[in-house]
Amino acid sequence: MTDFAAPGTDGAKMTYQSRYDHWIGGQFVPPAQGRYFENPTPITGQTFCEVARGTAEDVEAALDAAHGAAPAWGRTSATERANVLNRIADRIEQNLESLALAETWENGKPIRESLAADIPLAVDHFRYFAGAVRAQEGSIAEIDDDTVAYHFHEPLGVVGQIIPWNFPILMATWKLAPALAAGNAVVLKPAEQTPVSIHYLMSLIADLLPPGVVNIVNGFGVEAGKPLASSARVAKVAFTGETTTGRLIMQYASENIRPVTLELGGKSPNIFFDDVSSAKDDFYDKALEGFTMFALNQGEVCTCPSRALIQQGHYDEFLEAALARTGAIVQGHPLDLATMVGAQASNDQLEKILSYIDIGQKEGAKVLIGGERAHLPGELSGGYYVQPTVFQGSNSMRIFQEEIFGPVVSVAPFSDFDDAIKIANDTLYGLGAGVWTRDANRAYRAGRAIQAGRVWTNCYHAYPAHAAFGGYKGSGIGRENHKMMLDHYQQTKNLLVSYSPKKLGFF
Amino acid sequence: MAGISRVAVTDTAADLLRTLREANGPLMFHQSGGCCDGSSPMCYMEGEFRTGASDVQLAALEVEGIPEPVTFWMSVAQFETWRHTHLTVDAVPGRGGGFSLEAPEGMRFLIRSRMLTTEENAALNGGADAGGGPGAAGG
Repeated sequence: MTDFAAPGTDGAKMTYQSRYDHWIGGQFVPPAQGRYFENPTPITGQTFCEVARGTAEDVEAALDAAHGAAPAWGRTSATERANVLNRIADRIEQNLESLALAETWENGKPIRESLAADIPLAVDHFRYFAGAVRAQEGSIAEIDDDTVAYHFHEPLGVVGQIIPWNFPILMATWKLAPALAAGNAVVLKPAEQTPVSIHYLMSLIADLLPPGVVNIVNGFGVEAGKPLASSARVAKVAFTGETTTGRLIMQYASENIRPVTLELGGKSPNIFFDDVSSAKDDFYDKALEGFTMFALNQGEVCTCPSRALIQQGHYDEFLEAALARTGAIVQGHPLDLATMVGAQASNDQLEKILSYIDIGQKEGAKVLIGGERAHLPGELSGGYYVQPTVFQGSNSMRIFQEEIFGPVVSVAPFSDFDDAIKIANDTLYGLGAGVWTRDANRAYRAGRAIQAGRVWTNCYHAYPAHAAFGGYKGSGIGRENHKMMLDHYQQTKNLLVSYSPKKLGFF
Repeated sequence: MAGISRVAVTDTAADLLRTLREANGPLMFHQSGGCCDGSSPMCYMEGEFRTGASDVQLAALEVEGIPEPVTFWMSVAQFETWRHTHLTVDAVPGRGGGFSLEAPEGMRFLIRSRMLTTEENAALNGGADAGGGPGAAGG
């Protein structure tokens, strides 16, 4: 018996429907072609519902609904929209446990994380953008005594959002909250690996939103995502995923001259300077947890600290302690509160991780712990589990250069500050990084020298609203989780007004 | 260097390619990087993904039953970190993966890798340490 009962079983905090249609115009709408696909939980590998397999016709229907709703929604006051967002946050908070269960069952992550991170952060982001849009102001420029430039924020209209599967509800929130705050209507396509937890969220908040303001079209990327991303009827596309699809979305957007925001992942360095080990105190303990953060969410995080760089002076000692901390990770049933690492989100994800563990060893990297699929007993035997794995190698190896998106960290030593920065920046990506040191000056200089959008300094994997998140280099375009994201969902209207009755004199 | 290639295809992947070719016409791969479904090969209709100066073609895959080669591409920058490895396109049960064509089939293309042999490295990269440049990435 697990701490939380599985959805739909006795005592469960929520139940999934056996079938989900699209959510269009405030109601469920069957797919135009009448096809559905199966949705398994990665915890057991068993299908628990079927989901509409959307196509271009369904995307068009959702765009119709969104365009119908957008003008009125865009004219609501910022106060009204902020109130709606706050009510959504309250509703999520009131249903925290059932939403956490929904997210865990669909994604495979341990429920301790969805309870303590995913869902509370979704609440935080809705409240933040409610506040941000209330506090947002246009501007006035006094050009001269008779001429004033007014700058107004206007919604873009209808936007398309393509959501990843690693934090299905939270990643949807990152995109929905600023888009709705700014007054846009949304057509959202969840990942086909995690297509229905967002429907469960909608079932809790549908009464708070005018019909058509948020529309959900399920389906596969090629069949539903592509018609959305390539539609001239969306004013902007937001995507979180990987580089090839990111480029394809930019390509489609270029055909329609539409803006995009992209978050495309990374290969984040986590740097531990010698002085971390100068005392065995709370900070040292925190740094060891910081190392072990590679296993958070089974490593399925765009900012997974998957390259641990440890300074030579304490390399052996720190690594030994880090391996002990890794060995203490509890892997088990995601519905048990003690479980720290759950299931990978899908079978192909599992296979990909194992293929990287394979090439890592062929490249000469040494497995220090883990390195295999984890076979868990009972109903979990059909699920997708990987042992938390630590490699030792060098930064030129592919396991140091490519996002594995699993509980796998590659460790290498560095000699001094310059060496650390050189290795840290020797990557195609620049999304996240971690710096651990007791020296504030060193921390500051390292943080500024690392080419990444987010440098966690003496912490890791914190995602509060009000801290900008986005990539340098190949990691994408735009900054989420911050009021600056409102700009990515708004037009600027300039009224240039003359208060002079006198003609210019040209004609 | 006849017979030496950077990329191979398993029988399972070839079966899937034939199915996709039948439904969609000529095909191409572009190897993705980054998060979520990254580090996986994306399969598109030939020309759907616009390659350019930042890409390199690693191979033109000959697949039995498919009249034209299936091109395999990667960004130049990513290739620099992959060039010492030989890639095999495989397919496993799975789902999703960007806009890749096979997703609705319940299968997912996957890359398996090994180190290039000394002979392959000499032929493809001009020797162990010599950088052949993207132009040397013959199919």
